[in-house]
Amino acid sequence: MIKIKIDGKELEVDPKLTIIQAASQNGIEIPHFCWHPKLSISGNCRMCLVEIEKMPKLVISCATQVTDGMVIKTKSEKVVKARNAVMEFLLINHPLDCPICDEAGECKLQDYTYKYSVGSSRFQEDKIHKPKRVELGPNVMLDVERCIMCSRCIRFSEEIAHQKVLTFTERGTNVILTTFPGTRLDNPYSMNVVDICPVGALTSRDFRFKARVWEMSSTESICIGCARGCNTNVWVRNNEILRLTPRENKEVNSSWMCDEGRVNSFKFVSNENRVNGPMIRKDGIHVEVGWDEAISKVVSELRTYRKHEIAGIGSAYCTNEDNYIFSRFFKEVIGSANIGFLQHTKSGDEDDLLIRADKTPNSFGASVVGVGGENGTDGIEHIFKGIASGAIKVLYVLEDNIAANPRIAEVLSNLEILIVHSSTKNETTKRADVVLSASTFTEKYGTYTNFNGYVQCVRPAVAMIEQERAPDRMSMSRWDKFAARNDTWGKGTKRDARSSWRIIAAIASAMGGKMKYAAAEEVFKEIAEHIPAFKGLSYSKIGSHGASLKKELIKTSKL
Amino acid sequence: MSSYGKIIRKKDLSILQKTYIPEILKGLRITIRQMFRPTFTSQFPEERFKPDSSFRGRPVLVVENGVERCVACGLCARVCPALAIEVQAAETELEKERYPLKFEINMVRCIFCGFCEEVCPEEAIVMSDEYLLVFSSQEEALFGKEKLLKSTEDLKERLEFLRSHR
Repeated sequence: MIKIKIDGKELEVDPKLTIIQAASQNGIEIPHFCWHPKLSISGNCRMCLVEIEKMPKLVISCATQVTDGMVIKTKSEKVVKARNAVMEFLLINHPLDCPICDEAGECKLQDYTYKYSVGSSRFQEDKIHKPKRVELGPNVMLDVERCIMCSRCIRFSEEIAHQKVLTFTERGTNVILTTFPGTRLDNPYSMNVVDICPVGALTSRDFRFKARVWEMSSTESICIGCARGCNTNVWVRNNEILRLTPRENKEVNSSWMCDEGRVNSFKFVSNENRVNGPMIRKDGIHVEVGWDEAISKVVSELRTYRKHEIAGIGSAYCTNEDNYIFSRFFKEVIGSANIGFLQHTKSGDEDDLLIRADKTPNSFGASVVGVGGENGTDGIEHIFKGIASGAIKVLYVLEDNIAANPRIAEVLSNLEILIVHSSTKNETTKRADVVLSASTFTEKYGTYTNFNGYVQCVRPAVAMIEQERAPDRMSMSRWDKFAARNDTWGKGTKRDARSSWRIIAAIASAMGGKMKYAAAEEVFKEIAEHIPAFKGLSYSKIGSHGASLKKELIKTSKL
Repeated sequence: MSSYGKIIRKKDLSILQKTYIPEILKGLRITIRQMFRPTFTSQFPEERFKPDSSFRGRPVLVVENGVERCVACGLCARVCPALAIEVQAAETELEKERYPLKFEINMVRCIFCGFCEEVCPEEAIVMSDEYLLVFSSQEEALFGKEKLLKSTEDLKERLEFLRSHR
């Protein structure tokens, strides 16, 4: 540790740090465009210039290491003047199309123009025009005019995504960001360049022009596209999810997420194909019924069969809470050990950075809380054989499209009763006798355990019929706050669905089991008490950045 | 009574004042004089008042060369103190890249403040001279693009006024 002084504040810092790192660790902001904590230093934007005593010139703080006794000034007259000059240069050729630009509202150049520029330009000549609307790849759009040549995207593609396709051509004010001839920016992480772009040069083709950033509410969540569980923010307007952006978590996803998760993992939530309220098969067709009727139907069906004729398939798509309640329901209320769950792995579709072959968010958690493995349950193979031989007549399926599995689809007609929790209409719900509409990961509280035993929380971002935005303390946009009864905005579709654990708990109570929980947090409290690996964990401890399981206390061997 | 103090009348009225005749004649003089002056009353609704270009009537969208100027930036919706405006953007092949797929003003909410016009970077939403707004239901008060679009010729005076006061 060495001693330095920034703006008169004495600090003790690690000698390996650069000035900008030391400053940001101590809450001192030094403006910067090209420097990014996760990328190499390029030092080309010149925005982070600071004054150091006894140095003849200003230095860039991103590439200067701290030394003992260094006295740094980040707000001196010389520095302010230099910053103004840098901003003036950057704005010479930057187009004034903020009204059109998707980055407006979260743009570094916009923010710094307010904070660090003089607010006027002496440049009177015509701005240089460069290509607009360039399709860099399947997911990313480029507007070269807006580019300030920070090279963050180039460094990201090379260093993190390992795809060398981006480069600068030309010189001086004519510099153009482009791909090498015949190549496209099509790596599985390409959309991260949209997040790190300090201006609106790189924009997401998926989200393009859908909404202004200030119109949306943002909720901390995780991506459920694979077993990694990247931390995300869910952006909602008009009760519809419009985009996901990665949220930093050094234990899980650094600052990144993959394109597949970003574009495809949330679309099913506002799909027209959603199950909206419970359904019962009457005379061969599905009829929408109320919750009470659906629950009493399930109860009466389950009571007609003997316990070894009933089997349950948990889900790696469900939260720990859902699976835990499901396994308790089967073991204690029904008294059957026929539980298991399906793995959904796509071998080969994985890499060293984030993407996992296991395409479910919670297979680790599902086995730990007792719906699979050797933890007193017989597993999926046993259920499969049971259905094939006709020994199992009733199948209760948690959120999983089991009919998509050809082995199960074949024997499904052997069943007498099929009860399914599902958020989306699929092959399984088509064949089900009772469909209970389950809420998705953006509509409930719950925890997922990633492949590494890291437990993370999701929170509701989308309002439901039974879950109001304001009373349930969801994050709100201005529209959500002020929409009145007669306004057309702020009132997207609200659907009728419940968390799976809540549905099962209601069925269990109707069958005489003792399951009364007011919230998912209470379920988790019980998990923490009963399952050793979860000991000591709570929602407040998990918070927005997650917490690790005690992996040494896991009894199951199949993981 | 004592709390109000003593009532003091400085001077008693004279006989002429007590008759009130001079005062009545004074009033009649004003009335009769007005009868021979030009009238300001207009016979609404047969006669319509044409407001000055500085008048803030209902906001409208400017159409230039067959296309609305609006790029759906949403600043008008953001600045609107009454939250009357809803904009949904979409992509267009035109040079302006964005256009409003949906532009809706709730005229029940609108307070005619003109902030939308002031904030608009494209001079695409302006206050027109229209002040006759009658609705028989909440839904009727939702003005979509079909009711909002107006050509530059129709809005010439207002646009000129805005230019001269920039």
